[in-house]
Amino acid sequence: MTKALLFKDIDEPGLTTLEVYKRRGGYESLRKALAMTPEQVLVELEASGLRGRGGAGFAMGKKVSFLPKGAIDKYLVCNADESEPGTFKDRELMQKSPHTLIEGIIIASYAAGANRSFIYIRGEYSRQADILDVALSEAREAGLVGEDILGSGHSLSLIVHRGAGAYICGEETGLLDSLEGKRGNPRLKPPFPANQGLYQGPTLINNVETLATVPTIIGMGGAEYAKLGTETSKGTKLVSISGHVQRPGNYEIELGIPAREIIYGLAGGPPEGRQVKCWFPGGSSSPVLLADDLDLPYDFDSMAKAGSMLGSGAIIVVDDSTPIIDVALKVARFYRHESCGKCTPCREGTNWTVKLLERIDRGDATPMDIEIIASECENIIGNCLCVLGDAMAMPIGSMIVKFREEFEAHLEATRARSDLGAIHA
Amino acid sequence: MSDRVHQQIHARAREESLLNARVCVRTPKTNAIPPEVPPELREEIERHMALYPDTRSAALPALAAAQRLHGWCSPEAIEQVATVMGLTPAYLAAVASFYDMLETESIGRHDVYVCTNISCSLRGADRLYEAVRDAAGDDPDFNVRPFECLGACDIAPMASVDGVYVGPLTPDDVPRLLDDIRTGRPVLADKQLATRLVADPNANSQAFPAHPIEESAP
Repeated sequence: MTKALLFKDIDEPGLTTLEVYKRRGGYESLRKALAMTPEQVLVELEASGLRGRGGAGFAMGKKVSFLPKGAIDKYLVCNADESEPGTFKDRELMQKSPHTLIEGIIIASYAAGANRSFIYIRGEYSRQADILDVALSEAREAGLVGEDILGSGHSLSLIVHRGAGAYICGEETGLLDSLEGKRGNPRLKPPFPANQGLYQGPTLINNVETLATVPTIIGMGGAEYAKLGTETSKGTKLVSISGHVQRPGNYEIELGIPAREIIYGLAGGPPEGRQVKCWFPGGSSSPVLLADDLDLPYDFDSMAKAGSMLGSGAIIVVDDSTPIIDVALKVARFYRHESCGKCTPCREGTNWTVKLLERIDRGDATPMDIEIIASECENIIGNCLCVLGDAMAMPIGSMIVKFREEFEAHLEATRARSDLGAIHA
Repeated sequence: MSDRVHQQIHARAREESLLNARVCVRTPKTNAIPPEVPPELREEIERHMALYPDTRSAALPALAAAQRLHGWCSPEAIEQVATVMGLTPAYLAAVASFYDMLETESIGRHDVYVCTNISCSLRGADRLYEAVRDAAGDDPDFNVRPFECLGACDIAPMASVDGVYVGPLTPDDVPRLLDDIRTGRPVLADKQLATRLVADPNANSQAFPAHPIEESAP
């Protein structure tokens, strides 16, 4: 059921060291890429059909091709601010195989013509950042990072930059501001980072898993890689599965296998006697799906067609022992805490959603409040600089639609118990 | 657009951004009596500043370094960073207040972040957090905080102790957890994330009880 490309040697002892990584064929793809022209590398990336693994699923090759050509300062930023609840695949990659990421960054920077690169890693991943730092200094000493890499004429500086705890810095423009030493507020787009990003220069921003896949693509060839997966979702994907399953963890799968195979086959499903109530297919920002959706193929388009998204590939399973109001409150409180406060719909909308959900839970809500939450969610979506507000509105909105009766029953039950209910009775 | 036009646009944009950046740069007048900066802190901040095309990018690593030295981003710590970086303390205080890991109030010596986000809560994190909080009490050794998703849902419910991830935890683990921190032993050595395999599907499995998410006081 699993298909190991990125995870091929993941538990190999000592894989974090350059020696073992090289022994397992590491940095061969880099040699191969440097023997090609940057344009040829780009052709391979586009041929692979690789779509961004961080959440948005944008074609990676296309993103590289958006960068202006010519001799100007260009930057490559690796987004390692993995903070989407339920996601822990990048942590695994960086912790166990840091050189895969470094090799991917060097190849991508060669294709993009970028000479300065940064890994923006969330502050909480301090151990993983230490591992990256050690691997990086080994790579520098071996002449793999720095001036004139392996005699190719391509030069690259690479710096591991540690964040300090802010979900919003995973948003690409918030990340850029944070990397420039500011509060991590998202920017207005356009201009897009490909044109004006870090220090106002053209910037390529990619997720850890996306960049770590690049050596595999160059190694096997873009066309060969594109044979894996489905028509529009090529290749393999790391899936982080957590919540009410018996074997939570990271699994590498070929895109397009049924979700049931991941949730039940790999992760063992909920414990004995319990059923899947709902599941988030791509982190807590994705609209929830139900048990009926378990036979859908797990890929970008099938998830989108079902009204949700593949997102970061983080499946969170909730079983029937959990009231939906508890899940909604957890999710809403998280986004309220992480809203940067710049845009009104998000700042106020996340706050009011929490307040209204608390009312329902406390017993002083009226049935109209459910309606208000739904309309509030609608009014957040598409009305802010970034999608943090949407990331709350989409799952909460989906819960209201799919579990309407449960919300109403909960509201009535708590109301009957509260003073307000006693007065009305 | 031709290369030349592109270059001109970027040169202008960069100039403008540097101009904006000067707004928060300290003028000599406001810095009549520069505070003493411990040499090792100055050296570390300057090392970070040298890494970036724009020195301001070193703000987060510099504040983190000052916090390691002072225990938190105290006014004194911020003043010292400001002196080395040539930024105003107000600017740096604004930056520090944005980030969860930069402390703007005095805190305990050891960070114990208990993840209470969705995946951990589904497996009993709220009860775990309460157990840690109650056991730690007001011991100045500990900075116990409920934290947003720490990216280790495979070992849920979990905690990060000064950056070391441990899990899956139950309230029964709490006394040993705190004791390990107090005595300086490796924290819950048998439950550290670093020792777990990836490919073994049973690496993270454990029986877990049926319970809804429980509310915990903030």
